[in-house]
Amino acid sequence: MILSLVAFAAVALVTPFAAGPLGRRVFPIIALVPAIVFAWLLTLVPAVSGGEVMTERIEWIPSLDIALSFRLDPLSLLLALIVTGIGALVLLYCTWYFRDDEPSLGRFAALLLGFAGVMLGLVTSDDVFVLFTFWEATSVLSYLLIGHDATKRESRGAALQALTVTTFGGLAMLVGLVLLTVAGGTTSLAELVADPVTGAAAEVGIALVLVGAVSKSALVPFHFWLPAAMAAPTPVSAYLHAAAMVKAGVYLVAVLAPGYAELAVWHPIVIGIGGFTMLVGGWRALRQADLKLLLAYGTVSQLGFLILVVGQGTRDAALAGTALLLAHALFKAALFLTVGIVDHAAGTRDKRRLSGLARRMPWLAAFATIAAASMAGLPPLLGFVAKEAVFTAQLEAGSAGGPDATWAWVALTAAVLGSMLTFAYSARFVWGAFGSRRDAEPTPLHHEPAMMSFAPGVLAATSLATAFAVPLVEPLLDAYAAALPGPTEYHLGLWHGLEPALAISALVFGVGALLVWKREAVARAQAGLPDAIDAERGYLRIIGSVDRGAARVTTVIQSGGLPGYLAIIVAVLILGLGGAAAANGVWPDRIRLADGWAQPLIGFTMILAASAAVVVQQRLTAVLLVGATGYGMVLVFGMAGAPDLALTQALVETITIVVVVLVLRRLPRRVTDRRAVVRAPLRIALGALAGIVMAVVGVVALGARREPTIAEGLPPLAEEAHAKNLVNALLVDIRAWDTLGEISVLVAVATGVASLIFVSGRQGGAPRLDRVDRRSRFRPVPEQADSMRSARRRLADVENETDAASEAAATRQTWLLAGRTISPRNRSILIEVLVRLLFHPAIVVSVFLLFVGHNAPGGGFAGGLVAGLALVARYLAGGRYELGEAAPLDAGLLLGTGLLVAAGTAASSLVFGLTVFESSWFETEVPVLGTLSIGTSTLFDIGVYLVVVGLVLDILRTLGAEIDRQLDEAGPDAVPADPAGVGA
Amino acid sequence: MTASLTLVIVAAVLFGTGITVMLERSLTRVLIGFLLVGNGVNLFMFTMAGAPGLAPILGEGVDPDAISDPLPQAFVLTAIVINLGITAFMLALIYRSWWLAQLGERGDLIVDEDEMAEDAEETADLYRSSEEDDRAVQAVLEASDEDGGRG
Repeated sequence: MILSLVAFAAVALVTPFAAGPLGRRVFPIIALVPAIVFAWLLTLVPAVSGGEVMTERIEWIPSLDIALSFRLDPLSLLLALIVTGIGALVLLYCTWYFRDDEPSLGRFAALLLGFAGVMLGLVTSDDVFVLFTFWEATSVLSYLLIGHDATKRESRGAALQALTVTTFGGLAMLVGLVLLTVAGGTTSLAELVADPVTGAAAEVGIALVLVGAVSKSALVPFHFWLPAAMAAPTPVSAYLHAAAMVKAGVYLVAVLAPGYAELAVWHPIVIGIGGFTMLVGGWRALRQADLKLLLAYGTVSQLGFLILVVGQGTRDAALAGTALLLAHALFKAALFLTVGIVDHAAGTRDKRRLSGLARRMPWLAAFATIAAASMAGLPPLLGFVAKEAVFTAQLEAGSAGGPDATWAWVALTAAVLGSMLTFAYSARFVWGAFGSRRDAEPTPLHHEPAMMSFAPGVLAATSLATAFAVPLVEPLLDAYAAALPGPTEYHLGLWHGLEPALAISALVFGVGALLVWKREAVARAQAGLPDAIDAERGYLRIIGSVDRGAARVTTVIQSGGLPGYLAIIVAVLILGLGGAAAANGVWPDRIRLADGWAQPLIGFTMILAASAAVVVQQRLTAVLLVGATGYGMVLVFGMAGAPDLALTQALVETITIVVVVLVLRRLPRRVTDRRAVVRAPLRIALGALAGIVMAVVGVVALGARREPTIAEGLPPLAEEAHAKNLVNALLVDIRAWDTLGEISVLVAVATGVASLIFVSGRQGGAPRLDRVDRRSRFRPVPEQADSMRSARRRLADVENETDAASEAAATRQTWLLAGRTISPRNRSILIEVLVRLLFHPAIVVSVFLLFVGHNAPGGGFAGGLVAGLALVARYLAGGRYELGEAAPLDAGLLLGTGLLVAAGTAASSLVFGLTVFESSWFETEVPVLGTLSIGTSTLFDIGVYLVVVGLVLDILRTLGAEIDRQLDEAGPDAVPADPAGVGA
Repeated sequence: MTASLTLVIVAAVLFGTGITVMLERSLTRVLIGFLLVGNGVNLFMFTMAGAPGLAPILGEGVDPDAISDPLPQAFVLTAIVINLGITAFMLALIYRSWWLAQLGERGDLIVDEDEMAEDAEETADLYRSSEEDDRAVQAVLEASDEDGGRG
């Protein structure tokens, strides 16, 4: 079985390529696949009828007990024969149905063949989740096949309707299957039926699975997708929407009936809905002028009938139901294929415009009449044999009494009334397609190849032949039916003597004939009655309101502006976190007002600064006010026993202010925000609420903490790590993984910043001075070292200075290497001297901090930031060339080296047979520094140091130096005239 | 556990003012809000250390029970440095968007009304298209109904 599925998949994959050169001749070739499988399956019939069950199994997801397990029992074999047999005939029929120039023919052929394979998988899989996978795959393939002609609106609409409805049912079914498998402890369908789940899980699970079956088999209230799906090419309608896919629901009901027919939810669904559907479908079919739609509504009716019969839950009903299943597949496929031929020949399938076809297409008319007669249940055809069996089984179940007898009578009533309608619309079909009208000329016909009638001919002939060859078919059906309770004497056959079922059939024919005879009166009566059920409109209303609702929600939530999104995020934070905090009952035992007298003072200043930052309109002022809160934090940290934090915060705050100012100098001074997306009162309200929520959360979090902090275990750990500074030990040893992640983020951020500012490439460091100019500090330095091509020009010229001023610039001594390059107006000799004196000590301090970090405040972060700050000072004092001279390094190289050192240290432990980040040391006495234990964690800290320095350097050379350059190039006030010029 | 109410209030004010500023349209204001929120959150984390103590540096005569909790400190230290990186990144974004959008004196505001109208139109088109598809299906079905016109 698995081999045949693989064959289907493989051939379907190459079909699109073969269809190019072969055109429609690809169809007879790929039809061989289902034909061969059909032949192979036929050889299995005797064995399987005899009770042999074939299984194959490949483990797929053992942890979930899901396996690709397949099982060929009598019912599966019957369905598999239908799927492959009719599949082969339909593919063959396609050879004449399509022309070579049909658009996307290859895709169509592949999909149709793929569908046959998937359907075969569906009916043979034993694992319910594998079955479900195939089930959904048929929905998707059906969607693609219905939408074959994507240029037609009705194709697209119908495809989407079918997909929506069947997927909805499929999801319900999935939930049901999960319930059943969890309750039953197995994913095997056969085991679930053999050893049924009981109780509420079974009731709910089966009800959900039946929803899936009902939607797939187009029962009320999901029936509307099937008529709509008639927008598909006729072979698709014949195969998917008559013979195969819609039978999946029937198959599922038939499989489950032996185990679950006794459940309380079972009969109301299968017989209630099935019977109702049979009547609704038949009623609507009688009104159709489009022959294909007539058949579609007929199919809806017949599917209701099938589910009603196989769901009865007795042995005779199962026998009758499977016979009916086979009969329906044969006659309905034949009829659809007939409509396809009529449609092609006459150019229409509207019965109001067809006339006089019987005389000119006698063979086709004969085949169609046989098939329609089987549908109407006339002898001597398989349809009659099946229907007789159905009536008998229902009479028997009804008269047997018991709890199900009522449902059996309901089923019989629906079956009899529905069969009368079936008789009437069968006649209407034959008459409509082939009859001659007195008031109309014969419809002009194209000649169609005779071979096109081959497939319907074979199917019609089989309908006839199987009626006489019942003994050949029955053992297979009986092997399935035997699993159900009830007397076993009844056998299928054309003649059982004068028994009640025959009388019922006679009644059906009589009333059916009456309906045909009085058809005009019937039509009037139908027109007078309102539509009994209009699920299409209901569906459209639901889908429409979902669409509109989604659009409305989207426009509200996705307002298109960043502030709007932020407002929603904040609102969720307030409601979610605030709600949780409000529901909390644990508060701290006591609350201290402040730690020391200075804290309230600092806090008050910070609050003032933050509030002022909200009000102030100048960007720079706002940034400085924020900086004030940052320095407030430095004090708070410093006074609360966190020297490392105070040091880091102070350094970062300074660098932040410098960097922000570097960028903001380029932007207008005032923030102009007149048309705010979020209005000021709302902003303030959201901000205030968010603050309150956070305050409450903070207090609650403190109150909720009952266990002692893990910090108590840290001192011994730090000692083990040869560290006295616990914070540093946490960063580079105990939580080193975290720090490695962090410096990776820093590298990514630096790269991002550089990529945003340098458009054409981020290689290199800050611009350097010319070699010649570096030797002679007393000459103006020409602009040269840029990576960008620009005319060599003197900055002095750009500044439009007088010759005298540039003369002065040229002759004045300088304290910094690149002091020449900035205009004298911007130079401060005092700063130059200070920077010159402080830079090298600062670098020494940074290295000192790096190495003492393990035992005293400091470490890689603080050291790197100090070095960075020294670079900031050089840049501020001497401009971009000064930066290049101070750090003649590629920032990317620094970042990369740092990350490599850190990660390498982490990994190096592996070489020594330790785990990642496990430290090793050697200790030594170093003058000045004291006892220095150099360990892997120190190396790691060096990596951190390099990354931080690299980050600051990268920020300076982009947000500082590169913006300087762009500013020089564009002039101080100019807006770039050609943004493409920067390489966008 | 206890904490200084002052610190909790300061952190809450930083957070609240930060959010208020962040909700403005200008990217620079968003950045200022981000800095405030960042400081506020760091302060919150720091309060989780409970009562302050000595610096968490062991040495001769330092009672390990008298030091403050180093764990929040390590977290906050990481956060401070990351904040610097993110700030630089946001600045680069602000500069780049200003440069590319040629906003000039309008600064870093990004006009999104036109885009919004376009989006709404596109959505409406999509929606209309699927509705028309469904209507086409209905039309086909009704055309076949013999009494469709009158019924």
